[in-house]
Amino acid sequence: MQRIGVFVCWCGSNIAGTVDVVKVAEALKSEPGVVHSANYQYMCSQAGQQLIKDAIKEHNLTGIVVCSCSPRMHEATFRKTAAAAGLNPYMVEIANIREQCSWIHKDMQEGTEKAIVLGRTAIAKVNLNAPLKPGESPVTKRALVIGGGIAGIQTALDIADAGFEVDIVEKKPTIGGKMAQLDKTFPTLDCAACILTPKMVDVAQHEKIRIFSYSEVEEVKGFVGNFDVKIRKKARYVKEDVCTGCGLCTEKCPMKKVPNDFNLGMDNKRAIYIPFAQAVPKIATIDADYCNMLKNGKCGVCAKVCTAKAIDYTQKDEFVEEKYGAIVAATGFNPISMDKFDEFAYSQSKDVITSLEFERLMNAAGPTAGKLLRPSDGVHPHKIVFVQCVGSRCASCAEKGKEYCSKICCMYTAKHAMLTRDKYPDTDVTVFYIDVRTPGKQFDEFYRRAAEEYGVHYIKGMVGKVSPEGNKLIVQGSDLIANKQLKIEADLVVLAAAIEPDKSARPLATMLTASMDTNDFFTEAHPKLRPVESPTAGIFLSGACQGPKDIPETVSQAGAAAAKVIGLLAKDKLTGNPCVAQSDELMCNGCSSCEKVCPYGAITYADKEFRGPNRTTLIRRVAQVNEAICQGCGCCTVACPSGAMDLKGFANKQIMAEVDAICK
Amino acid sequence: MQKITREVLIAKAEELLSNGTVSKVLGLKKGEFSYDQTPAVFTDIESMKKDFVFDDFSGANFSKYLIKETKKGEGKTLVFLKPCDTYSFNQLLTEHRFDREKVYVVGIACDGMVDIKKIKNAFGDGIVSVDATTDTLKVETLYDGVKEIAKAEVLAERCRNCKSKKHVAYDELIGEDGEVISSNRFDQVDELEKMTADERFAFWQNELSRCIRCNACRDVCPACTCEKCVFDNPNSGVQNKAAANSFEEQMFHIIRAFHVAGRCTDCGECSRVCPQQIPLHLLNRKFIKDINGFYGDYQAGEEVGNRAPLVNYTKEDLEPSEAVNKGDK
Amino acid sequence: MQVNEYKPKIVAFCCNWCSYAGADLAGSNRLAYPAEVKVIRVPCSCRVNPMFILRAFQRGADGVILCGCHPGDCHYTSGNYYTRRRMALLFSMLDYLGIEKERTRVEWVSAAEGAKFAATMNDFVKTVTALGENKRLEDLRCKK
Repeated sequence: MQRIGVFVCWCGSNIAGTVDVVKVAEALKSEPGVVHSANYQYMCSQAGQQLIKDAIKEHNLTGIVVCSCSPRMHEATFRKTAAAAGLNPYMVEIANIREQCSWIHKDMQEGTEKAIVLGRTAIAKVNLNAPLKPGESPVTKRALVIGGGIAGIQTALDIADAGFEVDIVEKKPTIGGKMAQLDKTFPTLDCAACILTPKMVDVAQHEKIRIFSYSEVEEVKGFVGNFDVKIRKKARYVKEDVCTGCGLCTEKCPMKKVPNDFNLGMDNKRAIYIPFAQAVPKIATIDADYCNMLKNGKCGVCAKVCTAKAIDYTQKDEFVEEKYGAIVAATGFNPISMDKFDEFAYSQSKDVITSLEFERLMNAAGPTAGKLLRPSDGVHPHKIVFVQCVGSRCASCAEKGKEYCSKICCMYTAKHAMLTRDKYPDTDVTVFYIDVRTPGKQFDEFYRRAAEEYGVHYIKGMVGKVSPEGNKLIVQGSDLIANKQLKIEADLVVLAAAIEPDKSARPLATMLTASMDTNDFFTEAHPKLRPVESPTAGIFLSGACQGPKDIPETVSQAGAAAAKVIGLLAKDKLTGNPCVAQSDELMCNGCSSCEKVCPYGAITYADKEFRGPNRTTLIRRVAQVNEAICQGCGCCTVACPSGAMDLKGFANKQIMAEVDAICK
Repeated sequence: MQKITREVLIAKAEELLSNGTVSKVLGLKKGEFSYDQTPAVFTDIESMKKDFVFDDFSGANFSKYLIKETKKGEGKTLVFLKPCDTYSFNQLLTEHRFDREKVYVVGIACDGMVDIKKIKNAFGDGIVSVDATTDTLKVETLYDGVKEIAKAEVLAERCRNCKSKKHVAYDELIGEDGEVISSNRFDQVDELEKMTADERFAFWQNELSRCIRCNACRDVCPACTCEKCVFDNPNSGVQNKAAANSFEEQMFHIIRAFHVAGRCTDCGECSRVCPQQIPLHLLNRKFIKDINGFYGDYQAGEEVGNRAPLVNYTKEDLEPSEAVNKGDK
Repeated sequence: MQVNEYKPKIVAFCCNWCSYAGADLAGSNRLAYPAEVKVIRVPCSCRVNPMFILRAFQRGADGVILCGCHPGDCHYTSGNYYTRRRMALLFSMLDYLGIEKERTRVEWVSAAEGAKFAATMNDFVKTVTALGENKRLEDLRCKK
């Protein structure tokens, strides 16, 4: 039997104005388990708290009920009070007789009666409370960043600068991501390489950062503070620690017809390559699909020319296992495939390109060395049509496009238009748009400059069809403002393809038990208040893997994610919320219902031995809750038919007792 | 369709026992009366030849027995499953209730089983024996001699509204596999939904008040496979042995139906075993009908690993207020 | 004087993060609703077991209302989606058994919707009062 103390607060006249606190304290005295009942003007004051502490000691109280304001206000306060008097803080229950009683009722009798019921309910619950102890788990002070684009780079640098070790896993041979492929950046028109490559060098030189390039995450186990991750280092057939990055092999390799993915296939590279001059790490990689030596054992030129003896045709995938306290997903985005948008003739004409391809065409390190030339014939285009929202905001065509706005296209199209007009004033530029969305600092000014100062023709309306005719492209579209159909003869058409999360994100989310939305963007723990955390504890989100973002926004989010990681790694131990689910293994039948509804992946199964009839042993599958991961929502408790799964602090019996007390 | 007889099954069992495929057979043996059969485990063919029975009264769904049986000893258990049983079988596998490798399933075609309660309703209680080898049953009664009744007339309710002749799980089949068939199994639910709330209440009050809380429905149900039922769990707050008053029964049956909602394959065992002839399947079918209507057609046990509707959601699900008003007449 | 006036018993389950905070806000703004409403705080609406609701009716509650975060805003991301399915099926079943469907309700109330909380409770109490005492689900033995 509990020994319960009841403390009724006046809250000055806030409660005492409409609730007869003396009467409440008196009435609750006779409730089961109550051995002491008191009232005081301000329970939360130092004197009030002292009164509680003294009573706990004097009456050997095992539980207390404070009838006061909302538990959202002072539950933590009174738990600390109880703890200071040696009582387990989870033996405290609050009856909310202010927000949910005195403040909403005018009649003293009514208020008093209700306050008594609320007090009785809290007493009924505390009678069934049990002391709870938050679990503690150590924190591995190292973070893993998955993805080495600008998001991953920024997050890694910020974490490393705070003094924690960071590993970056990048599936490509170099970090840099999409930003490395860009020419200039809006709204300032800085050259992307000029602002990105120094950061890449910072990463390479940072003593706290390791880069696993050409690597992928293979397996993730564990939970917040204690992740075990297996990383696959794909064979690049070049010894990383030996290669000097001189690039001689990439010039001598006889296999010249390998599509250069860095330039989106618009030119060729060799079978052994360094993606671009500023690659980090600057190490050659052999493309096994094209290398003659790897395919049929004939060649070996690169090994012959390599003075450092870095080539190793026998290299195999290697696995690295490492422990981490936090994991950041920074897997980024890709433009969607244009295969399903045949109306724009992307597959029929080389002169219909995507915006990212346009970036490469404009870039000095691109396939045309920065000269704007048509891919088909290398002639300078005099009439360019940009088409916005190709596959974005595509509610009616969900099977080929995306319902959401890709967010960055309006701005980069304005940039492309402006750069074209700046470099080639003889070129006429037309942009078809649904809406121009420019909500960002200096964004609208930027767009207006394109439209007003640079003479870019902005036409509100969609393009219906692009058809190649001779060496021209006939663009048919509608001008919604002039209300007429247009037919434009263009030399080049640039499609602002929608962006989508990288394909690696979905399997990664499964490994991380991090939730995703239907578009495969990672879901944040709270859309407004916890935008850089996944609902799964210890998993953080950086950049476009959480939603379409431009560079400034990505960098802000990357920094915010880093701050959250630092906050986590700065702790030596994690103290959990003790009000977590617990599985009664004797009752559990291992049906997996609870696991399926758990938003955090906190439930796992183990085969356990149980004593069967006649001295036999039975092996049964039972659910186990990882207290460090469980957030205590209780969804599993309802999914569990037998009641084997229960929630500490909000147990079935406790809530039933509350129901009974109210209905008495 | 090949008529499945006792002899066919014994021959199959003999083959599988002797070639070592299985080490035991889960089947039925005769109880007090020929129509009153009891589950039994046979480890040798002699005892099987002696005691094994199979006829139109052998309707029991064996999938649930596999939970315990597969945990005993080495070797596989042979079980003969009717199409409807295989759905329960898959559902149990989905819920990790036994090891598939420890079972050998022989799917048997089925043209419906007979409900002894319907025969008793026709001829009274003194049924001595029933010859159920042809489509006309010969019923030997204590007081009126031998009577005849067409099998179609005494077909069990679940067979009358059979939902599938297709086996969704088996290692081998005897006879040809059938198809999923469209049935009228929701007709009675429809009828109830069309009544006024008062009429519905009166209907269920009448039905559920007969409940004696014998727990037969729970014990036979292949979805009720908890180690310990919530109504026996002292920590649940609802533990009770039996109740004298109506609401306890209502609560028990509502909760039981809710706990199996989305997992119930509509095998109809609950109604088959109810000694009080309460149409419990109408509770389950209400949930099935609602699930189909609210969240799209779903058949529990159709495939192993399917996610049951109550452990799933979409962002566009209907609101509870819309759910009740759908049935508003 | 008030002896003959029928006052229903209402149990309101509120999730800690949205609806309970909404109820607090109603209080802070002094938005009145009947004293018949008694709130039970649960971490999430998905913690509410159908057994709790039936138990409340069994013990004499006349109405049970469940409040949670708006779909999409659940503190635990998906809890209220499960609540929505569970309660849709449960309420439909209660209706099927002939229990007045107005006695049960689910309402999404955010932490900012103090006014909605008060209005919801006012409306619910009015509806249940009009229905009168819950005779169909109350276990007579529990009546004192």
